[in-house]
Amino acid sequence: MSAHSDGAVLTPVAVKIVISGGFGVGKTTFVGAISEIEPLVTEAELTERSVGVDDTSSVRGKTTTTVALDFGRITLDDALLLYLFGTPGQDRFAFLWDDLVDGALGAIVLLDTRRLEDCFAAVDYFEDHDIPFLVGVNAFDQARRFDLGEVRDALGIDPRVPVIECDARRRESVKGVLMALTEEVLTQRLAKAHAGSAW
Amino acid sequence: MSWAPDPRMIPPAPTTTPAPPTLAPDPDPPPSDEMFLRPFMVTGGRTRPLHDGLRVETLLHAMPAALSAPLRFEARRIVELCQTPQAVADVAVALRQPLGVVRVLAADLVAEGHLRIEDQLGELPLALIERIRDRVSAL
Repeated sequence: MSAHSDGAVLTPVAVKIVISGGFGVGKTTFVGAISEIEPLVTEAELTERSVGVDDTSSVRGKTTTTVALDFGRITLDDALLLYLFGTPGQDRFAFLWDDLVDGALGAIVLLDTRRLEDCFAAVDYFEDHDIPFLVGVNAFDQARRFDLGEVRDALGIDPRVPVIECDARRRESVKGVLMALTEEVLTQRLAKAHAGSAW
Repeated sequence: MSWAPDPRMIPPAPTTTPAPPTLAPDPDPPPSDEMFLRPFMVTGGRTRPLHDGLRVETLLHAMPAALSAPLRFEARRIVELCQTPQAVADVAVALRQPLGVVRVLAADLVAEGHLRIEDQLGELPLALIERIRDRVSAL
């Protein structure tokens, strides 16, 4: 008999949150502010025509593109790891998004009010794929403060999507954003469960 | 929408129309000495894993017995590293290989019974999400 009443074996679980937004918006800073590791991980993709070729002699003819991804890890407890993955902020690496986002708890879209349009692709993606997300308006010293309502209007997002201010350089602020996202995921799940049991 | 290039990125090889394979002296040499091999060389040219369901955060558990299996260099490293569970991305960092390469290698090891992965949770249980929230707040 296990000492624990639930008898659960302590198998580690890994959960992932995706950090998105345009180039230079602070994804690397955001991940670095809270991660216990500091690596970048790379991904390489081959061109379509080489997929499925098993003959190593043809490898020389393949085209690889390498992209660096932000990647962070937080050990939440003995058996719970939280991974943060930054999405590459460029259209031509869109093929990586499905892989990165698959199975994610949710997503954080970072936004620079001087370049709102940079986050449109990310917002579209998470809306289309029904991924819970929130918008974090990263505080840049030079940027004039926007009213969060204005930001929301400019983005044209669902009123239920949280829009919050954050400072990607500050650990406490980043922590707050992660908590807000988990709250948002919980809210959505409870709402769904409630809707499902209403009749 | 036009995003500025990420400066950390290696410039892409020209990927427009199917260019004739005119691979003159490598036009795009690796930036450092850590990438002498084209990444997918170590996978025998394969780019798709045998086993679907390996995500970047999927934890890989190696079987202790795998340590004595006759494995090639990269596969052996994976089996050694994963004596304590490691995510695919952790292994990619340790091996200095792209995620896709590690996926292919890890999938082979799963198929051969040297690595074990947990079943993917379809939808995360509520209790787990609550635990995540509580633990993050206690950080």
